[in-house]
Amino acid sequence: MSTAREEILARIRGALGSASPAGAPIPRAYRQVAEDTPEERLERFAERVAEYRASVRRCDEAGLPATIAEACAARGVKRLVVPPDVPETWIPAGVQPLRDPGLSNADLDAADGVLTGCALGIAETGTIVLDGGARQGRRALSLLPDYHLCVVFAHQVVGIVPEAIERLRPAVAEGRPITFISGPSATSDIELSRVEGVHGPRTLEVVIVR
Amino acid sequence: MSHPTPARPPLRFEEAVRIALRNTQLRRNLERATGNIRRKRASVVAELPDWEALREAGRAIKERTMSELAEHLVQLEAAVQRAGGVVHWARDAEEANRIVVDIVRRHGAREVVKVKSITTDEIRLNAALERAGIQAIETDLAELIIQLAGESSSHILVPAVHKNRAEIRELFMRRLGIRELSDRPADLAAAARLHLRRKFFEARVGISGANFAVAETGTVAVVESEGNGRMCTTLPEVLITVMGIEKVIPRWEDLGVFLQLLPRSSTGERMNPYTSLWTGVREGDGPREFHLVLLDNGRTQVLRDPTGRQALHCIRCSACLNVCPVYARAGGHAYGSVYPGPIGAILTPQLVGLERASSLPYASSLCGACYDVCPVKINIPEVLVHLRGKVVRRSGARRGPQTAEGRERLALKVLGWILQDRRRFERAQRWARVAQRPYLQDGMIRSLPGDLAGWTVMRDLKPVAAQTFREWWVSRS
Amino acid sequence: MRISLFITCFNDTLFPETGKAMVSLFERLGHEVEFPLDQTCCGQIHYNTGYHEDALPLLRRFVDVFRDAEVVVAPSASCVGMVREHYPKLAEQTGDARLVDEVNALVPRVFELSEFLVYRLGLEDVGAYYPHRVTYHPTCHSLRGLRVGDAPLRLLRAVRGIDLVELPDATECCGFGGTFAVKNADMSMAMLTDKIRCVLETRAQVCTAIDNSCLMHIGGALHRLRAGTRTVHLAEILASTEEAPAQ
Repeated sequence: MSTAREEILARIRGALGSASPAGAPIPRAYRQVAEDTPEERLERFAERVAEYRASVRRCDEAGLPATIAEACAARGVKRLVVPPDVPETWIPAGVQPLRDPGLSNADLDAADGVLTGCALGIAETGTIVLDGGARQGRRALSLLPDYHLCVVFAHQVVGIVPEAIERLRPAVAEGRPITFISGPSATSDIELSRVEGVHGPRTLEVVIVR
Repeated sequence: MSHPTPARPPLRFEEAVRIALRNTQLRRNLERATGNIRRKRASVVAELPDWEALREAGRAIKERTMSELAEHLVQLEAAVQRAGGVVHWARDAEEANRIVVDIVRRHGAREVVKVKSITTDEIRLNAALERAGIQAIETDLAELIIQLAGESSSHILVPAVHKNRAEIRELFMRRLGIRELSDRPADLAAAARLHLRRKFFEARVGISGANFAVAETGTVAVVESEGNGRMCTTLPEVLITVMGIEKVIPRWEDLGVFLQLLPRSSTGERMNPYTSLWTGVREGDGPREFHLVLLDNGRTQVLRDPTGRQALHCIRCSACLNVCPVYARAGGHAYGSVYPGPIGAILTPQLVGLERASSLPYASSLCGACYDVCPVKINIPEVLVHLRGKVVRRSGARRGPQTAEGRERLALKVLGWILQDRRRFERAQRWARVAQRPYLQDGMIRSLPGDLAGWTVMRDLKPVAAQTFREWWVSRS
Repeated sequence: MRISLFITCFNDTLFPETGKAMVSLFERLGHEVEFPLDQTCCGQIHYNTGYHEDALPLLRRFVDVFRDAEVVVAPSASCVGMVREHYPKLAEQTGDARLVDEVNALVPRVFELSEFLVYRLGLEDVGAYYPHRVTYHPTCHSLRGLRVGDAPLRLLRAVRGIDLVELPDATECCGFGGTFAVKNADMSMAMLTDKIRCVLETRAQVCTAIDNSCLMHIGGALHRLRAGTRTVHLAEILASTEEAPAQ
């Protein structure tokens, strides 16, 4: 008596017959690497992130703490979720950090926002990618709070999607979950008018650091 | 293969259309919806200099995958298991539902939260869960709407496109017990957010489908907009993903192709808000248990047809629905299946059996707009004509002249016979010129009899010319 | 050039004026035209409706009739589409190697009228005169099947006296689809209604296209409505001159 697995595999082999595929290589004539300069790339990234109605701030490394502080102040953030390895220097004075691990869903939900770094940014699509690596923490941290402030370093920005996929190989080899974020959450399910903010953070703000 | 039989045989497409065409609200909604998305799609596709190269790569990857499907599924299974996930195989809907119900029961859950998955609609998972005393809570806004309304989806991507805001407000107030609510879309969305947040926190089991599953790494991908996918795949202790076997893709790098093709084709965006990629289980981050259910349910049957099997390449973007002039006027319900529109017309008959969906291959004027926009270049018109051939061969000489099919067969046989001989053709032209006389009014035919009457409902017909071309040609030499 | 005309079964029977226009046009351009009387039909009706085996004898007949033609030109994108897109596959399915060779040798010599004039003969101005307001409907077969592109428009723009006006939502299918118009009559009518609306919006006197199948469908409705627009095949516009204007 065959198992479901055996039966399905047998059905597949039966369906395809003995004809083995030519094994011709997959035609990959699409762009694998972007052809722009780092400046163009960063500009495009900032533009496209902003197009999703995620606000964008820019600074240099020295100005990062002040920029984070300004963002939090503008938003009225008092209690800020931070992943375990986000540096102390990033956390504004007067803001209470809620450090993971140890935060419950209720804690995350009640917080005013979350501050993370990222794995990389994709210029062409205005996408931020989190891979659970440095300064990002586990997925729930950037999912439940209603405000996500994300720090992106210029050298983290790639041009196009295939480049991003390539750079994520180590993360996936380690089995780390990966999240692509392109703007705040949205739906077009009510008469097709786009409504922002259903379940993920309804406000996404990005700080680009040169 | 088990597809739950409806209480009545589904209406033939032509009959369902007659009803659907009267629904002007639906037609206006669809016109607006599809028009909007088409424009957006065209705009973001035009941005990419390598769109055609991506389509060709997508097509080739899917074709290669199907031809080596067994190997990829085995590789996927091994990779998922290495990463701490459990893989189940389901030959049909019943088996898949049993597997899912067992897992949910084992964890003592009475409620599960679900991300929209057409695959789970296909197998009627929610009904099976309900029979086992488990409530499946749909968390996509549109799915929530139609679940509350007790209806079924009418569009792959925008399932509640047939409902307007007033109807949705009324529904939420009644079914969610909300006393005051405006009909502004933002307020409706906020109401849904609050209601579902509680559910996300309480649920012990989440259920999703999968857009792609990478064999090389064991990674599953869910592409979404609202964030409920992230919620369902991150918060519960247990995650169950039900996935058609055709969703497997060979390599990690292939995601670079499909994550470009899908968002631009479906919502007309450069990238959808959220894409979640997970591999098995990850300590301290997300579910403790991950189950991947690999579903056949007729797909291996589709695989048997060398021309028809390209229907399995579909990445469920719904671009074909949005350009189809027939779908735009008929809506999804007219197709009588969870898979509507052009892709539905070729996939459904192959999944459920031609006899149960023999009108679907004819639900098309073969305009080819779908083929032009399909991100993986499924030649839908070719498959439609191919399936029509199968329908004709199967119905065979069983149908006598008392049925419309029988009369059609007879008429086409006679026509074919006439066209095979020059003299017969010329005689037939002359005969028709005489026979048409009673139908002529002011030089045009106003009404045709019998099965041809459909033509003259709104069209006059040009009659056989007083002198045919060949008669003129012969006369001038 | 010796041009063999494939007039098509329905043009022969219902639209002889289109065939006559082609003859007049090509002779005016200095070519020799011939019309092999043994021709009948390309088999598309049968093929598209699912009667694939019944299309085969018509395929063989077509190959027989035009085997020795220098070029074959037809005033029908859908029929040329049948030959170009489907004949090779159909021939292969017979397993008849000789038939396959003959089909493959013939297919490159078969053209639709506008693509022949523009891409093969390199012409845009064919010396036509047609002083009417005209709108052009790109049929699905010409647009997405044969991809004739803007060949018909280039020819129309060069017509003297013409007032060419763009058709709104031009690329939308008119709803004919062969037997679709009868088997799915209601849907066909719904699609036709929107096409008619667009045609009437142009206030053109004439709606033209390169397929009489679509024109029969659009024109049939315009006639029923007693609308002020009628349908005329592109060939007839191109054949019209000052000395011998078309109606």
